[in-house]
Amino acid sequence: MTPPPASAPTARPASCTELFVAFTGLALQGFGGVLAVAQRVLCEERRWLTPAEFLEMLALAQVLPGPNVCNLALMVGDRYFGLRGALAALAGMLAAPLALVLAATALYASFADQPRVAGALRGMGAVAAGLILGTALKLGTSLRRSPLGLPAVLAFGAACFASIAVWRWPLVAVLPALGLPAWALAWRALAREAARGSR
Amino acid sequence: MSPTLAVLAGLFGHGLLLSLLSIGGAITVAPEMQRWLVTEQHWLGDAEFTSSIAVAQAAPGPNALFTALVGYHVAGLAGAAALLIGILLPSSALALGVSRWGHTRADWRSVRAFKAGMAPITLALIAATGWLLATPPGVGAAPLALTLAAALLAWRTRLHLLWLIGAGALLGALGLV
Repeated sequence: MTPPPASAPTARPASCTELFVAFTGLALQGFGGVLAVAQRVLCEERRWLTPAEFLEMLALAQVLPGPNVCNLALMVGDRYFGLRGALAALAGMLAAPLALVLAATALYASFADQPRVAGALRGMGAVAAGLILGTALKLGTSLRRSPLGLPAVLAFGAACFASIAVWRWPLVAVLPALGLPAWALAWRALAREAARGSR
Repeated sequence: MSPTLAVLAGLFGHGLLLSLLSIGGAITVAPEMQRWLVTEQHWLGDAEFTSSIAVAQAAPGPNALFTALVGYHVAGLAGAAALLIGILLPSSALALGVSRWGHTRADWRSVRAFKAGMAPITLALIAATGWLLATPPGVGAAPLALTLAAALLAWRTRLHLLWLIGAGALLGALGLV
C-alpha cells in the first residue's frame, strides 16, 4: 500500500520480442485508454522508465500529432532497439487490440441495447476516467524538482486544465499559448542555474 | 460495398492528410473524418461511425483504433488497414524523427527547457482528459464517486488496474452507477 518509489529505472528490455510482448500486455489491459496502464507497467512493473522519463516522453508524444500512446510506444522501442524496436512496440500496442475491436464490433450491434451491457460500459468508463486522474496524481510528484519552481508549475498546470477541461478551448491553441511561455521560463531558469553553477 | 482500389486509396490518402493534424490523438480529427466519409462520400452511416468510436473506447487498446473500425465499415479488412496505416504513417515518422533529434541533443538547454516547461502542461492535459471523461453531460453522483474512488486507489495502492475496471463493470451491470 506504499506509493511507488521514484527510483531510477533498473531494467531494460532484452529483445524486440520482449518489447512486443510487454506492449501487447499493457494494451490489452487498457480499457478506456492505455495511458494509466502504460505508466503502471513501464515505470513500476518493468521499470524501464522513471516517472520523470515517462513524463518527458509523454510530453513529446502529446505535442506531436498522432495517438499519444502510439507515439510513446515508438519512442520507448526506438530508445532500446532503434527502428526495429519502435515497430515492435507499436505492433504490440496495435495488433491484438485491433483483432479484439474487429471482433467486438460484430458483437456491439447485438448487445449495445441491453441495459446490463450499457451499464457495465458506463461503470468501466467511470473507472477508466479515474485511472487517468490517478496517473496524473502519481506523476505529479516528479514535478517537485522542476526548475520552473512550484508557483509556476501550479500556474501553468491550472491554466492548462481550465483551458481544456472547463473552457473547452482547442488543444492546437492551448499548447502553443502555454507551452511557449513555459519553455521560455524554463530556459531562463536553467540559464540562471548554469550561471550559478559556473560561479 | 465492394472495396474498389479508388475507395482504398481514398481512405489511405485521407488518413495521410489528417495524420499531421491529429495533435492530441486521432480522436481530435474524428469530426473532420466524419464530415468527409459520412456526409460527403456516404461511405458509411452516422451510426456506424459513432459506434466505431464507442467500441474502440470500451475495448482495450489505443482509442485511435476507431479509425480501423471506420475503415472496416467502409471497405472491410483492407479498408481498416488503409485508414489505420494512413493515419499512423506520417505522425509516426515525425515522432521518431523528433524524438531522435531531441535524444542526441539531450544536454542542450533548449531541449532541457522544453522538457521542463512542458511537464506541468502535459500533466494538466492528462488530468483534463480524465476530468472530461468523468463528466459527460448529465453525469450523476454515483459514477463521479466511482471515478474518484478509482483515482485514489490507482494513485495510492498497487491494486491491479484490471480489478478496478472489473469492479466498475460489475457495479454498472448491477445498475448501481
